[in-house]
Amino acid sequence: MAKRVMVKGNEAVAMGAIAAGCRFYFGYPITPQNEIPEYMSAELPKLGGTFIQAESEVASINMVLGAAATGARVMTSSSSPGISLKQEGISYLCGSEIPAVIVNMSRSGPGLGGIHPSQGDYFQATRGGGHGDYRTLVLAPSTAQENYDLTMLAFDLADKYRNPVMVLGDALLGQIKEPVELKPYRKKPPAKPWALTGCAGRPSQLLKSLYLADGLLTEHNWKLFKKYQKMRQEVRHELYRADDAEVILVAFGSVARILRTSVDILRDKGKKVGLLRPITVYPFPDEAVRAAAQAAGRLMVLELNTGQMVEDVRLAVEGKAPVDFYGCPPGTIPTPEDLAREVEKLWRKGGGR
Amino acid sequence: MSAQAARKKDLELVLDRPKSLKDVPWHFCPGCHHGVIHRLVAEQIDNFGLREKCVAAASVGCSVFLYDYLDIDVLESPHGRALAVATGIKRALPDRFVFTYQGDGDLAAIGTAESIHAANRGENLTVIFVNNAVYGMTGGQMAPTTLEGQVTTTSPYGRQAQGMGLPIRMAEVMATLEGTGFVARVAVDNIKNLKKARAAMKRAFEYQLKGWGFSFVEVLASCPTNWKMTPEAANARVGGEMAAYFPLGIYKDKHAPKAD
Repeated sequence: MAKRVMVKGNEAVAMGAIAAGCRFYFGYPITPQNEIPEYMSAELPKLGGTFIQAESEVASINMVLGAAATGARVMTSSSSPGISLKQEGISYLCGSEIPAVIVNMSRSGPGLGGIHPSQGDYFQATRGGGHGDYRTLVLAPSTAQENYDLTMLAFDLADKYRNPVMVLGDALLGQIKEPVELKPYRKKPPAKPWALTGCAGRPSQLLKSLYLADGLLTEHNWKLFKKYQKMRQEVRHELYRADDAEVILVAFGSVARILRTSVDILRDKGKKVGLLRPITVYPFPDEAVRAAAQAAGRLMVLELNTGQMVEDVRLAVEGKAPVDFYGCPPGTIPTPEDLAREVEKLWRKGGGR
Repeated sequence: MSAQAARKKDLELVLDRPKSLKDVPWHFCPGCHHGVIHRLVAEQIDNFGLREKCVAAASVGCSVFLYDYLDIDVLESPHGRALAVATGIKRALPDRFVFTYQGDGDLAAIGTAESIHAANRGENLTVIFVNNAVYGMTGGQMAPTTLEGQVTTTSPYGRQAQGMGLPIRMAEVMATLEGTGFVARVAVDNIKNLKKARAAMKRAFEYQLKGWGFSFVEVLASCPTNWKMTPEAANARVGGEMAAYFPLGIYKDKHAPKAD
């Protein structure tokens, strides 16, 4: 049986990364994700790995670029303002097709904001955030266990698509302490013939994102586009008590875990309500959302922001069902009772957007 | 005369293209020093037999096309980040030879933090820093190393100390950091200086190969196009005006043999 430990969400991320074979970590301190670099700084040296506390987020993502280009499994983590600084490197990772894992235990903004849980980085995470026409896979855990599991998965997906993968949590998911089952990692990471290792026994090779000659960049962008289309098969979601629901709530990450209890509260009151939780927020589970809208006839989106994922839900539903929204800007964490009340309020208001 | 032709005529070949330098025409402007500096780097790659054990971090600027000329593995870096990128490569592959080749805008402006901190950590890396006092590829804007009074497209009235500051002397800055092992400033404007430049590069390569830590070679270089000078005048400016402000020499050689 796999070992069970009681750890903080951030530590679960670090443990998942090490289990998946990550031996290189580059980061910079920022609350509320500091347990990740702290854990890595203690554990990686014991495993012959490398931990560097870089001079900046910009430097750390570029160290990721360098180490990952050699074929190693590499990770960095940060929180919102730091993730903004990493966007340059993420764009280059995409353009040069170099796999790496980036964890955002997001806090609140804009600007320095605060250290409260927030889902205000949804647009940044799912729309790319940096310059250029690119996509990153974005996994959104909602428990410490998922922090562990999805970080492991992130390394596999990064290697599979030669693309950076983001794990999008928040302050709540980083700071909670829960039991985590340390499932062993059994996969064999793929060979990386593209890696830069010195050209012994093969022609010299190059990893780059600059294409100046006529037509080459067009070709490169179409190639990336085809890859992003293929990445859509990685879409994942979870349904909770949704079978006979008349209203299905759509939420991800921390707010989704609060809403599970809200669903139970409402069910106890006889309200037929269910929950759809996107696990990948890019690619977004369009089809599942569309099916939920069709089955229940009505969706409600709840987020720890003033309305971001709701746009993806409405795009998926294509106006065929009412989609209500309740947003909690950062600064307070709603309880399951708070959210149950808000769902009831929306319900009373009836359909319409 | 090609090596093959020389053999055919039974002549002694005294100089050939380094094996790690591809046989392709340069895109560099006439009189630009990049080609000569590329060759010096290639010579040392050959000299130490590093072609198959080498990964370079290219930078942004005219230097980005390093990979078109050197027949080695190269990773392109974002502007200014080459030393952070090289840190990542070297930590993952400590037994490979890893170097950066960067211009003045890249290393001494947008990448100052990455450069200073890689040096200060004493990363076992080698840096070739090409200082031509101007942003070349973008069309001749003011660089951190642009000389006082120098006219560029963004200092049309000449660089003024007040408000623009005076040029940064990177070799001197690097030499003050505990993490650096070897620091030199050289030029390739005449044969005498070229020989010194070759020796400095050799020494810089040795530092990394012996695990002695960060080595840094600043090369004063011409940019006739953006200086709006003939190649001859630009070459003369390197040894004159530039070397007067940026003195040539070895600034640090931690493992230099002790004098008796």
